[in-house]
Amino acid sequence: MGDLNQAMIEKYRTSFLKEVEANVEEGEWVKMCMQCGVCSGSCPLGKFWNHPPQEIFMMIRAGKREEVLTSDAMWMCTSCYNCVVRCPREVPITHIMHGLAHYAKRLGLTPKNQPTAEFAQRFWNNLLKKGRVNELKLGVSLYFMNGIGPGVKTAIKMAPVGIGMQRTQRMSAMELFGGHAIKDLKGFHAIMQKAQELEALRIAQYSVAPRPTA
Amino acid sequence: MTEIVATNETILVVGGGISGMTAALEAAETGKQVVLVEKRPYLGGRTTQLYKYFPKLCFPTCGLEINQRRARMNPNLTLLTLAEVTRIDGTPGNYQATVRLHPRYVNENCTACGDCATVVNTEFADEFNYGLSQRKGAYLPYRMAQPQRYVIDPRIIGTPEAEQAKAACQYNAIDLDMTPQEITFPCGAIVWATGWQPYDAAKIQPYGYDRIANVVTSVEFERMADPNGPFGGQLVRPSDGKPAKKVAFIQCAGSRDRNHLLHCSRICCMASLKQATYVADAYQDAADIRIFYIDIRAIDRFEDFYNKVSAIPQVKFIKSKPASVTVDKDGNPIVNGVDTEGYHRYAEPFDLVVLAVGMEPAVPKDAFPVPIVVNRAGFIEAAPENGGVFAAGGASDALDVNRAVQHATGAALRAVQVVNRVRGVGV
Ligand SMILES: Cc1cc2nc3c(=O)[nH]c(=O)nc-3n(C[C@H](O)[C@H](O)[C@H](O)COP(=O)(O)OP(=O)(O)OC[C@H]3O[C@@H](n4cnc5c(N)ncnc54)[C@H](O)[C@@H]3O)c2cc1C
Ligand code: SF4
Ligand code: SF4
Repeated sequence: MGDLNQAMIEKYRTSFLKEVEANVEEGEWVKMCMQCGVCSGSCPLGKFWNHPPQEIFMMIRAGKREEVLTSDAMWMCTSCYNCVVRCPREVPITHIMHGLAHYAKRLGLTPKNQPTAEFAQRFWNNLLKKGRVNELKLGVSLYFMNGIGPGVKTAIKMAPVGIGMQRTQRMSAMELFGGHAIKDLKGFHAIMQKAQELEALRIAQYSVAPRPTA
Repeated sequence: MTEIVATNETILVVGGGISGMTAALEAAETGKQVVLVEKRPYLGGRTTQLYKYFPKLCFPTCGLEINQRRARMNPNLTLLTLAEVTRIDGTPGNYQATVRLHPRYVNENCTACGDCATVVNTEFADEFNYGLSQRKGAYLPYRMAQPQRYVIDPRIIGTPEAEQAKAACQYNAIDLDMTPQEITFPCGAIVWATGWQPYDAAKIQPYGYDRIANVVTSVEFERMADPNGPFGGQLVRPSDGKPAKKVAFIQCAGSRDRNHLLHCSRICCMASLKQATYVADAYQDAADIRIFYIDIRAIDRFEDFYNKVSAIPQVKFIKSKPASVTVDKDGNPIVNGVDTEGYHRYAEPFDLVVLAVGMEPAVPKDAFPVPIVVNRAGFIEAAPENGGVFAAGGASDALDVNRAVQHATGAALRAVQVVNRVRGVGV
């Protein structure tokens, strides 16, 4: 991973904007931003971020590669789409934020212990196993994400919810042992394998030449 | 029946705002016959609704008065008010125009004494003040209206009030039997000067124009500042009449926005700079004026005006397009956003928020009674395909009065060239 990061630094030495355009989903829209600020003001979580979207887009243009790719900003996006509906330039801000997060992950630059990144990874791993999300396992693994102490505390706090779900048959304690899978698990794994190959191909293509803009 | 004496050397001007008046007068003063068709009951268009003009901060009344006098004195000019062009057939130098005339119910005997209005009590929203006040069912549209003649609102026709108004008139000026008419006459060239209208602010949902009483538009603010306006020229809030000392101006309200109008309306930066002086003049040191902008577009020589207003200490500029306007329990609008010079988050309460609304063409793209080439914003292009139809002023672009008048003079010259060809003079 670190090598890919180095290779990209070499390749796009002169322009981080070009790197984003070539490698980040919807990245070619970054240059359309006119720095009006509507997106930043519209973000319900904006005040918790290092950098609101408007600032991220300016930083990309200013070549602040390191700061952007290691920022927690794009990991904080909850996909509410408030910014997208208001942006006077119709910049697909939400998609770019996710694109940046994805790219940062590919380069191995995700901030350490970033909860959203951590959650996304656990969700993905959980889903891949049986072709469906095992909510009990996912939930429990999240409680214990920050260690045994906080895990036990959260588990006790959430116990009534779990019991309620059991009683209404929304969840079964048996899921903790293995858990049930979808019907054709082998088929599902083959699909995911193929999808990952296609994705790798697409990424490889991206990195060669910028996509033509619409 | 209204008789129009016209030939194919006559020039038809549609729209009697400052641009239409200018085009009509310039052409009439060269000796051409001109018919001017205006939808409102009076001349002058939207400039009549402005309090002061940028950049000189003089009153529009004086320029309007000069043009009204030119219009009254010129025998070549036929003025049709409450009139709309419904159809145009033919080719350059040989058009037939059909015009629909709506009844005013008041004839030329009217001396504007106002006796009719004293006996009418029914009131309607006053369109001259953008509905910020009421006017009677028998009314003079505004003090300087030209023609200086009352109008009977069609909504009181058939009621006893209309009869009372008729009885109150000593000059036999009220004719309740007037009916809509349609007339057709020839003309050689047409000047299209139907102007602009403010963009519907309610469509800019996050700014709350339709929900928050103390969020107003820039065109309403012009009326509010006018001593003859709805609040007697006191800059107060519509909700509770308290002084509006702390005022936010939000630029590009609907302009430069792919969700609304694509174009820069070009006037609104200057309009807000001008309106900032209204607040500063009214409240002096107690005034607190903030202009929220993407970038200030005070084009060419207007830079001087920008410098002049920036030097007023009570006026502050905040580089930021606000995200939303909310309201607190006292009715104070709160402007929310993040600024671009430091990315500071703000949620600032104001007495009043003024939205600098964009200008869009008054006639929608597909509503012209004649084939005409418009650009993507709906403004008329200077295209050869338009034949003997020429745009003037606000119908061609978002223009200030000075540029609209220059443009209208050019349109008049083009129209004169067409009718000269009909006569066989010139090229
Ligand atoms: C908030 C604000 C403040 C402004 N302040 C200033 C300022 O200080 N100084 C300045 O120079 N400019 C100012 N402007 C711009 C100014 O208002 C325009 O330049 C001016 O109104 C253009 O005149 P016009 O005749 O082209 O259009 P209009 O004034 O719109 O006149 C068009 C006329 O055509 C008529 N009409 C429309 N449709 C039809 C139809 N179908 N048939 C017949 N008649 C029709 C209308 O009734 C109207 O009378 C301001 C604009 C705004 C929005
Ligand atoms: S709202 Fe759009 S144009 Fe405005 S700063 Fe955000 S991305 Fe840029
Ligand atoms: S003139 Fe100013 S306020 Fe109006 S659209 Fe242009 S930049 Fe925005």
